[in-house]
Amino acid sequence: MLPSDFASLAPYAEWILATEPERYAKRLASSMEEMQAFYDAAFPHLEPATAHLDKFELNDLPEPERNLLLLMFSLVMVSFPVEVWKQARVPDSGAAYLDLVVEPRI
Amino acid sequence: MAHFTKPAPGSWTEQYPELGTGPVNYEDSVDPAYYEAEREAVFKRTWLNVGRVERVPRVGNYFTKELTVANTSLIIVRGKDQQIRAFHNVCRHRGNKLVWNDYPGEEVSGTCRQFTCKYHAWRYDLAGELTFVQQEEEFFDLDKGDYGLKSVRCEIWEGFIFINLNPEAAPLTEYLGELAKGVEGYPFDKMTEVFSYKAEVGSNWKLFIDAFAEFYHAPVLHQKQATKEEAEKLLGYGFEALHYELRSPHSMISSWGGMAPPKDPSMVKPIERVLRSGLFGPWDRPDIEGLDPLPSGINPAKHRSWGTDSFEFFPNFTLLFWAPGWYLTYHYWPTAVDKHVFEASLYFVPAKTARERLAQELAAVTFKEYALQDANTLEATQTMLKGRVVTDFPLNDQEILLRHLHKVVGDYVKEHSVAAQ
Repeated sequence: MLPSDFASLAPYAEWILATEPERYAKRLASSMEEMQAFYDAAFPHLEPATAHLDKFELNDLPEPERNLLLLMFSLVMVSFPVEVWKQARVPDSGAAYLDLVVEPRI
Repeated sequence: MAHFTKPAPGSWTEQYPELGTGPVNYEDSVDPAYYEAEREAVFKRTWLNVGRVERVPRVGNYFTKELTVANTSLIIVRGKDQQIRAFHNVCRHRGNKLVWNDYPGEEVSGTCRQFTCKYHAWRYDLAGELTFVQQEEEFFDLDKGDYGLKSVRCEIWEGFIFINLNPEAAPLTEYLGELAKGVEGYPFDKMTEVFSYKAEVGSNWKLFIDAFAEFYHAPVLHQKQATKEEAEKLLGYGFEALHYELRSPHSMISSWGGMAPPKDPSMVKPIERVLRSGLFGPWDRPDIEGLDPLPSGINPAKHRSWGTDSFEFFPNFTLLFWAPGWYLTYHYWPTAVDKHVFEASLYFVPAKTARERLAQELAAVTFKEYALQDANTLEATQTMLKGRVVTDFPLNDQEILLRHLHKVVGDYVKEHSVAAQ
């Protein structure tokens, strides 16, 4: 599922999501407690994960490495709610939406 | 207190006396009749960017573009001769929309050898010629040569595909003029990794251009994004651009933007420190040619604090360059007087490593956090403008591009109505 050095993140496997729309939906559907717990567990692994992933071809990642990268994308997704907003939604954004319709494939 | 030098007349705005300095009337953003006039005078007569050549790299690649503002839909396709052409997306037989899947209003893309109408199987080749008519012998004196797809002017500048619904229009490069000339040579062709966002926004199209054509709002509307200390400092400074330039109908603003990388890492969020990226993009420049030196029209003041340039190509195409070596485009496609489809695309040099890819992801995610606040503010503005309790608004010197935009649209509308009489 994940590279062995990052096995401790297995409880957060539900955050392994292939696209931004899925990650954004998961963010909106999560409580601050859930996002904080994920952030606290994953953030210390961000730099080591990046260093680990850089040993591989980005366009040819083995499955565990691909999962790890997607998990780190989710960490990026929850970083604004956790570090700044203290809520899942962007403040003052009301009913506005902005759909990501094209993104690079991993 | 001024931090950056203003031009000799004392202000950016007074450099262009035709703009005036009085309050600006915003009836042009709420009046349905004015919107109808804009459709004819502006959107049916100017060059509109519909995307980049990378969307149609090979023969037979095509995409459709809905132009609600002009009551049409276009097909953009690369032909066998490698030329990119544009056609109205309508079958010559009885007017069915030619290319669509499931939902006629949704844009589609793909690859084909020819276009076949779903209705009666009339076929057109990639150059728009009618090549097959079902039961041709049933028709009366039908010459297939007379029934090719209706073509639309289509020209390319630096890999950007533009169309013009006016067959008499001056050539694209002449229309884009000096401002565009100044950015030619930028390595657009190397920045092919794209994140595209889309939303329907409940405001007049000009209001979103207004929002992105001034940074006077940034220290206020977006203050929660910065650390508390940093936000207070930014508010205290306010905003002043490095340079403005108008080459009607187009314009540009050049601005500082010192956070890539920041002078003091404690100014930014923890994840930005690890990934070395943020709103202003990845801090580390991609290793490609063409970024140093930049084309002469970018950072025209040659200021060492330069961070970003935003070019407003009339009427609805924004091209925004960031110092760390990437660019953004915005498009504002009107669908009604109080609605438009907003598109934003972020273009990067393709990531070679996970570290580079994560830095881009953070930039793209951060962009959305800001844009959502901008978009929502516009809906609030539109509803209050519609009330017409207040109709005229004092625009400051840092809002010169807004003053210019509303004036240019007004001039086009006026000229067109005079010409029509």
